[in-house]
Amino acid sequence: MNATSIRDLLAAQPVLRDLEPADIDLIAGCGHNEVFPAGAFLTHEDDQANHFFIVREGQVALEMHTSTGPLLIDTIGARNLVGWSWLFPPYRWVFDVAAIQTTHAVVIDAACLRDKCDADTAFGYRVMKRFAQVIVDRLQTTRVRLLDLYGAGNAC
Amino acid sequence: MTASLVLTAAAQGVDELIAALARRGYCVVGPRLRDGAMVLEELQGAASLPVGWTDEQEAATYRVHRRDDRALFAYAVGPQSPRRYLSPPRKTLWSALRIEGGFQFEGEADEPPPYAFVGVKACELAAIAVQDKVLRDGPYPDPSYVRARQQAFFVGVNCGSPAATCFCTSMGTGPAVEAGHDLAITELLTAGAHELLVEIGSDRGGEVMAEVQSTVSWRPATDGDREAKHQIVAESAVRMTRRLEPTVARDVLIANLEHPRWDDVATRCLSCTNCTLVCPTCFCSAVEDVSSLDGDRAERVQRWDSCFTLGHSTLHGAGSVRGDTRSRYRQWLTHKLSTWWDQFGVSGCVGCGRCIAWCPAGIDLTEEVAAIAREKEQ
Amino acid sequence: MVPEMPAEAPTIANVTGSRAPAGPMVPARYRVTDHRQDNADTVTISLMPIDDPIDDPQPGQFTMLYAFGVGEVPISVSGCPRHEGVLMHTIRAVGATSRALCRLEPGSVVGVRGPFGVGWDVSSAEGSDVLIVGGGIGLAPLRPVVREVLAARERFGRVALLIGARTPEDLLYAEEVERWRAVPDVHVEVTVDAASRGWNGHVGLVTALLDQLPITPSLTTSFLCGPEVMIRVVARDILEAGSPADHIRVSLERNMHCAVRQCGHCQLGPLFVCADGPVVTWAVAADLLAVRRW
Repeated sequence: MNATSIRDLLAAQPVLRDLEPADIDLIAGCGHNEVFPAGAFLTHEDDQANHFFIVREGQVALEMHTSTGPLLIDTIGARNLVGWSWLFPPYRWVFDVAAIQTTHAVVIDAACLRDKCDADTAFGYRVMKRFAQVIVDRLQTTRVRLLDLYGAGNAC
Repeated sequence: MTASLVLTAAAQGVDELIAALARRGYCVVGPRLRDGAMVLEELQGAASLPVGWTDEQEAATYRVHRRDDRALFAYAVGPQSPRRYLSPPRKTLWSALRIEGGFQFEGEADEPPPYAFVGVKACELAAIAVQDKVLRDGPYPDPSYVRARQQAFFVGVNCGSPAATCFCTSMGTGPAVEAGHDLAITELLTAGAHELLVEIGSDRGGEVMAEVQSTVSWRPATDGDREAKHQIVAESAVRMTRRLEPTVARDVLIANLEHPRWDDVATRCLSCTNCTLVCPTCFCSAVEDVSSLDGDRAERVQRWDSCFTLGHSTLHGAGSVRGDTRSRYRQWLTHKLSTWWDQFGVSGCVGCGRCIAWCPAGIDLTEEVAAIAREKEQ
Repeated sequence: MVPEMPAEAPTIANVTGSRAPAGPMVPARYRVTDHRQDNADTVTISLMPIDDPIDDPQPGQFTMLYAFGVGEVPISVSGCPRHEGVLMHTIRAVGATSRALCRLEPGSVVGVRGPFGVGWDVSSAEGSDVLIVGGGIGLAPLRPVVREVLAARERFGRVALLIGARTPEDLLYAEEVERWRAVPDVHVEVTVDAASRGWNGHVGLVTALLDQLPITPSLTTSFLCGPEVMIRVVARDILEAGSPADHIRVSLERNMHCAVRQCGHCQLGPLFVCADGPVVTWAVAADLLAVRRW
């Protein structure tokens, strides 16, 4: 898989909409394709966050392992970003991420992209804006879920 | 022109009217002085009325006073309205018995007698017309209300004694009796005479009067009598200084649901439900399903309810929608004066002023509306 | 419909003709013919009439269910006699009356008044895409919508069903949902708030799945039922995606107490939810639900 086809794959991702073609080229230069079979881990809690993922097909789960097995916190499907621990030090994963179906993802090298963002802060700003949007969406839905909407005591 | 006549001896005329109504099987109900207030009770004759008494009403104030004459109807409305009889505060809807393999319904416990209401003011008749829209004219008429309403006979009184709390003039519901009556009385009390001008409003009203005319002294009504009536109601109209403009209130309240005045009134309102219980148009009710101790007999009881209670807006298994006084007062006033129009095409207020007099905190809805209209947020 | 009289109830059969009280507050008696535990606190009961049956409910309408001597609660119809041969209600045990109803075994007798209110008007969605979003017990009144759409699948465009639940164990009609999933041209997604490994659906809020559904929002009629918070966030997202407000139908809940527009309890602004709802369009609901504690 060469950089051109990675570029084409990324250009088709709605999660990267609003970015300019040149931006996609820059990101694609840091990416490679990977396939994770169902059950495989994309990350482990407390590992170094050296990359993040753009899920093309399949579905992954954010998990926290407990003494009685993993608890699923969120599932993330196709055309979505996974991972932002790579953005800030200490660059460590907080959750396990496991493929729950066969998952095709573009894996982006974090140091590579951070360097490009630092070198071209206008580009960096556009990338951060995209990530901020994803983070805000996730935070908002998570806050609504905190209400335990379907629990007893909530009218419906 | 309305058929009309004058009963030349007022008290005797009322006696005979009550007797004629009683002979026709009516339970005759009218104002009676009890516990310092004009309440509605069964009347035996004119002497049952608060003869020579009047009332004084203001915000959080209701007092009765002696007059220096023998007037029969010289007072405004008391705390009760015919609503109490047409849609009683408590009634059993049905009962059921546990039987093998289930349960079985039994009939309604009691069927009230037909009522004849004597001394009904125009605002009361307007209120009954409002309740008709709710309980009679909707998709699911309340059978007991429909029956009571159909049977009821109304002897209206043109109001010559509005209280300071009254504002029917601005609401367009009084003080003259113009609709909904079988008979309309105007009490003509002068130095030399105590007469009743009687106008006939329905066929059965005419039949009753024919019977009354055969037993008491009367004379045909003159233009002078009719002029005297107009004079009385015209004077009442100008004496009412409280005002509420129905369509202005409707528009102002719905446009100001977050007005700071709601917080202000919430600091004064006790959520005591008095206003809703004295209101002649409030219709909220609750049903309670009760069972005997052994569980073999169950009953469904309907009773008056109030939007000022917490339970009124409770969602099953969750909390109340309107958990604070601000939201409950706002519900009451916006419903009464604004959304009532959406639901029934009229205002839910007839200007009787009861909610002002009987509010222990002296909250005056005309003043609340005026305050919101003065300082519109829009 | 001729009620089947269970053999063990001769007494009721004998007195059926002698029902004295009448009027909108008097229930018709129904016998429980089936009782199915859906999850820890939710039960679906099937009913057959003993007295004259109520009118056949429309999807989205509700009835008042009476438990002898305990009380009466509004319960949406989750199965219509014309689809199922019986009248079905899915009841969550959250108060004294609903707990009593959930305990009723086959053979028990309940009172039923209704059907009341405005339903989903499923047929008006013919020719357009259909999005059905049910959260928690909110799936119950949508079940007849699914049944109706599946019964005339060719009359609708693309069909997506999005179900939210607390946990996989709380999901209603789990086996039936799997059957719906197996229907070609029906897209079914289930998302829960919490799950453990082994759960094959999604974890997260229903809104997170909206943009992945194979529907065209501008050409979609949506049916939403669930907690009011869920309805608001979902309706706004669909609106944002380009669906007209009057093509988004939501089912409201207020204190439906008499169900005949007379007790005043279920008011929401100008609405009597029992009669003007429970189903209204988002064009109607948006402003009303925006007022706190109204």
